Amino acid sequence: MKKVGVVCRDVRLAYGKTEVLKNVNLNIEPGEFFALLGPSGSGKSTLLRLIAGFNRHQHGEVLVDGQDVSPLPPWQRNIGMVFQNYALWPHMTVWDNVAFGLVERKADKATIKTKVGAALELVGLGAYAQRRPNQLSGGQQQRVALARTIVIEPQVLLLDEPLSNLDKTLRVQMRQELLALQRRLGLTTIFVTHDQEEAMSTADRMAVLDQGVVQQIGAPATLYDYPVNTFVAGFVGTMNLLPGKVRARHSDRLTLEVQGVGDLQLPTPAEAPAGETLMVSFRPHSLRVDVADAVRDARFVWMPGTIEASEFLGEFTRYRVRVGTHSLAVDHPHHVGLNKFPVGGAVSLGLEPSQVRLFAV
Amino acid sequence: MSAPLSAASGPRGPGLATSGSGTRPGVWLAGAAVLAFLLLFFVLPVGRVFITAFLDGDGTFTFGHFSAFFSQGLMREAFYNSLYVAVMSAVFAALIAVPLAYFTVRFDFRGAILIQTLGVLPLIMPPFVGAVALQLIFGRSGSVNLLLQENFGFTLPIMEGLNGVIFVESIHYFPFILMNLTVALRNIDGAMEEAAMNLGCTGWRLFWRVIFPLAAPGFVAGASLVFVKVFDDLGTPLVMGQTNLLAPQAYLRITQVGLEDPLGYVISVIMIGFSIAAMALSARALKGRDYSTLQKGGGSIQRRQLSAGASVAAYAWIGFILLLTLSPHIGVLLLSFAKVWSFSPLPDAYTVEHYATVFQDSSGMIQNTLLYCGLAAGLDVVLGVTIAYLILRTQLPARQWLDWIATASLAVPGIVLAIGYLRLFKGMTIPGTDVLLTSTWVMIMLAYAVRRMPYALRSCVAALQQVHVSLEEAAESLGATKLRTIQRVVVPLMAGGILAGFVTSFITAAVELSATILLVSADSMAPMSYGIYLYMQSVAGRGPGAALGVLAIGVVAVGTWLSHVVVERTGQRFAVRPVDEDLPPLPTVAAQGDKS
Repeated sequence: MKKVGVVCRDVRLAYGKTEVLKNVNLNIEPGEFFALLGPSGSGKSTLLRLIAGFNRHQHGEVLVDGQDVSPLPPWQRNIGMVFQNYALWPHMTVWDNVAFGLVERKADKATIKTKVGAALELVGLGAYAQRRPNQLSGGQQQRVALARTIVIEPQVLLLDEPLSNLDKTLRVQMRQELLALQRRLGLTTIFVTHDQEEAMSTADRMAVLDQGVVQQIGAPATLYDYPVNTFVAGFVGTMNLLPGKVRARHSDRLTLEVQGVGDLQLPTPAEAPAGETLMVSFRPHSLRVDVADAVRDARFVWMPGTIEASEFLGEFTRYRVRVGTHSLAVDHPHHVGLNKFPVGGAVSLGLEPSQVRLFAV
Repeated sequence: MSAPLSAASGPRGPGLATSGSGTRPGVWLAGAAVLAFLLLFFVLPVGRVFITAFLDGDGTFTFGHFSAFFSQGLMREAFYNSLYVAVMSAVFAALIAVPLAYFTVRFDFRGAILIQTLGVLPLIMPPFVGAVALQLIFGRSGSVNLLLQENFGFTLPIMEGLNGVIFVESIHYFPFILMNLTVALRNIDGAMEEAAMNLGCTGWRLFWRVIFPLAAPGFVAGASLVFVKVFDDLGTPLVMGQTNLLAPQAYLRITQVGLEDPLGYVISVIMIGFSIAAMALSARALKGRDYSTLQKGGGSIQRRQLSAGASVAAYAWIGFILLLTLSPHIGVLLLSFAKVWSFSPLPDAYTVEHYATVFQDSSGMIQNTLLYCGLAAGLDVVLGVTIAYLILRTQLPARQWLDWIATASLAVPGIVLAIGYLRLFKGMTIPGTDVLLTSTWVMIMLAYAVRRMPYALRSCVAALQQVHVSLEEAAESLGATKLRTIQRVVVPLMAGGILAGFVTSFITAAVELSATILLVSADSMAPMSYGIYLYMQSVAGRGPGAALGVLAIGVVAVGTWLSHVVVERTGQRFAVRPVDEDLPPLPTVAAQGDKS
């Protein structure tokens, strides 16, 4: 099957005066598993529905395989979509649901039989062909929805929060299966989700959207390690943010005054932004916790703090530590025999300078 | 960590599903066709009635006809009588319905099912048929009064004069209050009541201060419906010989004085005015008062066990009401088999010859009913589906107006619509022939279709609302055009609602008399409802009339039962039932695992 790319060029869409998408540019490679990540209302579903043909943009182009599909209605696009609620037709059997698209394409009976059978086998539901959708579990319904979509051999597969209606264990299983299926079919897939873990664990690349604007595009690890702004930093994983005043800039290091904490000496990264105030950001696991009077390793930048709350999560304990006027999340790895730091206890936090990213405010 | 939520959440209502693709020519065409129908057969005829009521002979605007109306003692009396009968019927219907509704919701006893059955029984019979039967049972020389006279030496004049009309109407229409109130009571969260009890409020005070006010919107909706129905009813007063009410007066004016008499139009306008006022009142009572406080996971008010004594009392009351409600049915059934029934509690001898007479003479009427009501109900669901689709799924400008106009026909009494038809289409002939348009059965069928359209429309709208937009989008993304999607997905999914709408329209049209009586121009085109009325005019015809009535009840009862069954079935078939089954791993995953 030919792998097809999807390109959005300067796409703008508004409902009345509400701008939902503002100058969206995307270039999705053929055969890629691409995730659209964002909070609700960010425009990610609108963008997906736009590619499917259910919304129409006022400006820009949507190219599928180099062709502008904007003037085409949904039924002429050959873009498959799996809906959040699966949208299986309750008045048809599983077989009829899957055969629907082929019937619309006026395929002959023998072809329909072979293809529908193959699609159902592909999702492991060959034995369920004569059931009705309401006689299936959520996971099974999802697979029928998937089979119904891929049976028409679409150019592009769109998934609108396909896992959000499943329980947690099933969700993890299904996302691995989805990915395996996508790899096998080599189908360009665009996947909408608000769950960063889901996006990071499956996508080749992803785009983070907020308020109709694409904030950043890249591989999951890139977005996690090198977010371009505080929104991406906070949305992809957990991030601590400390605003600091620049006291001194040297060629190799930077002195920042953080309110209530004091001066922080940080090595200057190559792309340190200019400005009087900067946002210091670091992940919870980039911090060490130690008792207040412990010997301090000079490789870390140390800050005094007080434990405010703790959540034991198994692999690690997440502490909320008050540092000056700020509250930081700190992950402390857990091992057998390790005692928790008591709430209210004084601790020292050691920050690994290489893990810090600075943002302009 | 910060994750600022954007304020601009993308509107994704169902109506916007097609917003991008603009309004297609097919949509305009469908909208125009519906509008043309509504204008031609509803708005223009009714408008014509209004214009005639306010225009002088030379075409100038005048209130003269109205002052003429109120200067006639007879007319004033008819006006007050109509108001009195409608109000008193609503009051008596409430007296019957409120305790019944309360019992079903409050207490845990078997009578509840009985009451639910009670709720439908009266409606499956035209009220004017019941009137004849009630005359035989409760009339001056009816069964009850004969027995009372014989044993106790007194009689009850409940079928005399206007009281008789009130009695018949309240027995016939109390189910409207019962059904609305029961639903309203069921939707009250049990915590509402428990909170009141917790604060020390019990018994009657609890009912009057908390429960009834919460259910009041349902009650008002039901009561105003009773008021409107009674105010507009023509058949019952005519059959009972009470002509000094507005509807019979309008009928007599038009049939005896003529189509030119302005007073008939004045009465029509007054009747519409009261219908609209009653509906506006009920809409106002309901507005902003959606008291269905039932929370997700919360229970409705707690059911209690009745004590032995209370149980006996409740059963006695229900039994009494059941007997009252069933008495028209029993009466009609007895009458249809009675050889002679006069001045005796029960018929003196029985026969089946009335049925033979009916099948011999009136099979045409049965066919007419099936034809007119079938076509009218078919038209209704076609219009209902179209309007529902236009308002819920397209961006057609002013599409809500189609809904409003179609629903407004609820406020127009049958006799007014009929007068409008006679006036608007006066003298028009079917193109190419000399046959007058108003002399054909098509007019009757159209009147049925217009008057029953709101039922089919509501049913279709509810059915389409149940169909999630994504079910249609899925079809479109798989290559089905709009028309194919409607064909293969929308209509099949709406089937239950469409059928329910069809049956409701059909059975209510089958018992309609007030428009029929004016539009039937020859006995050969009479439907059953008119046939029953004709038979009932003479003593000799009462037997066959009752037999025809029994057949009509049978048709309506079977239809009601069918629609109930179909709605239940489709409901069950499409209901979401959680199925818990372990998922086998996908073959793809297994295959991949093996390779690596």
